[in-house]
Amino acid sequence: MKPVLLWTDLALWLLAAALLGYAWRVKANANLRANWQRVLRDPVAASAGVVMALFLLLTLVDSIHLRRALPTTEGAAVVYDTRTLSALDLLLARQIDMREVSYSLPLGAQGFNKESLTDAAGQVRRDYPRLQFGGAHLADPVSQWAGDVAARVGVGLAGGAAVVLLMIALAAAALAPQHDGWRGALSDLAADRTVYPLRAILVTLAVVALLAGPVIALMPHYHVFGTDRTGNDVLVQALKSVRTAFVIGALSTLATLPIALLLGVLAGYYKGWVDEAIQYVYTTLSSVPNVLLIAACVLMVQVFFDKNPDLFETAAERSDLKMLMLCLILGLTGWAGLCRLVRAETLKLRELDYVQAATAFGVSDLRIMARHIVPNVMHLVLITVVLSFSELILYEAVLTYVGVGVDPVMNSFGGMINLARAEMSRDPIVWWSFAAAFGFMVGLVLAANLFADGVRDAFDPKARYARPRLFRRKTVAADA
Amino acid sequence: MLHFVLRRLGYGLAILVGVNLFTFFLFFSVNTPDDMARLNIGGKRVTQAQIEKWKEERGYDKPLYYDEAKAGGEQFTHTILWERSVSLFALDFGRSDARQAINIGHEVKVRMGVSLQLALPLFILQVIVSVAFALLLVFFRHTRIDFWGVVLCVLMLSISSLFYIIVGQFLFARVLRLVPMNGFAPGLDAVKFLILPILLSLLSRLGGEARLYRAMFLEEMGKDYVRTARAKGLSEGQVLRRHVLRNALIPIITSAGSYLPYVFLGSLVFESFFGIPGLGAFVIEAITGQDFAIVRTMVFLGALLYIASNVLIDLAYTWVDPRVRLS
Repeated sequence: MKPVLLWTDLALWLLAAALLGYAWRVKANANLRANWQRVLRDPVAASAGVVMALFLLLTLVDSIHLRRALPTTEGAAVVYDTRTLSALDLLLARQIDMREVSYSLPLGAQGFNKESLTDAAGQVRRDYPRLQFGGAHLADPVSQWAGDVAARVGVGLAGGAAVVLLMIALAAAALAPQHDGWRGALSDLAADRTVYPLRAILVTLAVVALLAGPVIALMPHYHVFGTDRTGNDVLVQALKSVRTAFVIGALSTLATLPIALLLGVLAGYYKGWVDEAIQYVYTTLSSVPNVLLIAACVLMVQVFFDKNPDLFETAAERSDLKMLMLCLILGLTGWAGLCRLVRAETLKLRELDYVQAATAFGVSDLRIMARHIVPNVMHLVLITVVLSFSELILYEAVLTYVGVGVDPVMNSFGGMINLARAEMSRDPIVWWSFAAAFGFMVGLVLAANLFADGVRDAFDPKARYARPRLFRRKTVAADA
Repeated sequence: MLHFVLRRLGYGLAILVGVNLFTFFLFFSVNTPDDMARLNIGGKRVTQAQIEKWKEERGYDKPLYYDEAKAGGEQFTHTILWERSVSLFALDFGRSDARQAINIGHEVKVRMGVSLQLALPLFILQVIVSVAFALLLVFFRHTRIDFWGVVLCVLMLSISSLFYIIVGQFLFARVLRLVPMNGFAPGLDAVKFLILPILLSLLSRLGGEARLYRAMFLEEMGKDYVRTARAKGLSEGQVLRRHVLRNALIPIITSAGSYLPYVFLGSLVFESFFGIPGLGAFVIEAITGQDFAIVRTMVFLGALLYIASNVLIDLAYTWVDPRVRLS
């Protein structure tokens, strides 16, 4: 085996490291800590954050890549497989190997299309063929299928419930010292009288566990979400698409940051002709409809890739670099909005007394910008990053549909929807690919949106009153 | 006023020059005309003679920026940059790279009409429906209706427009057979083809728009004049209609105005899904066919429309708020 570090892997791991670094910084900074506590004390935002964390975990597992060594004769140089696998592929190896001939229904034991079958007596009849893997352990699917599925779902639910109970017990044990023993901890947990909305978080985790339990129990013997046209497991595709969505959502916004922040602060701080020039550049960029600009850039990158086919060792490297280029393009075409915000904020900040004082003390421009301006526009950056994350995931689907998105060989929600379009007009209709893409994508985007709203409410006081509330969560003092 | 418009048009011209230079660099310098020719002719073995012929037919057989062989002004005018720029600014878009029979200018004119039939009613309905929905939520603020309304908005804006289209087409065109699946017919017959895309597009944007407008209205609600109006004895509905709505018109115009270029350019996704032969579908064809002349034209056209709509937005500000002075 040989580990492979793809470009987006590197970027994602750096991102994860940066998140940890940021968390450490938040711990040290009282203001930031207060704001993040506000986010985490909001039940909706905290629950959405938990879901996002689970998706991030999935992404990171899918970002450890390696290539298997092929069996060779003794003494010969080791040759590596051209396929690049990820840790998630290894976990799902069984599902990936369970490849059927063509479409099959979710949890199906039979194919979706009738075929000519020859039975033991030599008679030819038209019937649904048995699947090679899905439900293959059943002797007679017609009579045994329902019982088998129900039994497995039951086992899965029981497993999920056990995990939930364990989590509740752990939470109660952790709370026990401050809440008069575990009895008090449990009743406070149930009545939502905890510092952080643990009840909401536990409910979210319970829903996830109770959904994941049956799926995991069914996975070894069934295609839980069916198979696609070439017989591949749809669940695997949906899980792999999460990484693509995450990469696009996270890296594209990160790519906008350096340029938007630098130019925005420069324009706002120096004013005059610097400001004019920078404004001209971003007005020019934003005057072109976004999709067209992205399409133009992607087309050019594609021509470049077609011209240099020997640049890449494997197909995975090629499609990966293509995705990274897409992120960079999305970043280069999308910085105007944030730049405008940063510029306006800098214009305001530079007139404030503390900046004037720093100037009077003879602090250099560079130092003022780095020490006094940039830290004070970071809340805008944070809000923009979390808000655009979900937008970009939705955008990826549209771009892939238009033909300028990620590589077709790469699993992505856009690609799944694109194929689903033709499947939905088949008769009888093939709906499960579409439904799986829908479920996962809405889950991810909704969580991202809710989390983003929580962050915006905490960091932008102006946004707070626009939040609809039926009831206000009673704040519990941290020392209670 | 005239002075303002003239100055804005001057700045717009400067931006157009910038866009033109940028796209030229992107399309001709990042990849040379030779690459384009090879791509367009297709196949593995493309001879140099074929490439030369392809370039000559399209006028790409000149130097890019500067011609050393010529003297005087010709050094700059006998180049691809000059010829392309001059023709673009004269709104002469030339012919398609891939299919020489297609006159881009003519195509744009015909297709823009089609796009307008879809996008103009949509634009008007979009503003009315979103504002009405947002006003409803604001009227019932701090109640269950507002809360669940916002929850619905967040849910709706978390769903990709592609899902709306696929489900809508399946439901209304295939199961209920109310409208044809896709296609287009000129004249009044267009209605039955356009009603579903308009409805679905409306729905797919409603969540985000309504939430945005709701926040704008709520911001206005906190201001003193609202309290004065209430103290005067106006009903809540009157306060919203006469005062809040009117004062929120400026942000509404800003946000709705950003869609103006797309009223003319059409929607890529909706037009191609519903087989409507507008400009959006034209762009998709050009992208999949790697027809750079069309993409270049559309980028230029998009910038032109953006500048024009920004001037329009500024003029609209003075119309809704007499305090705004253009200078």
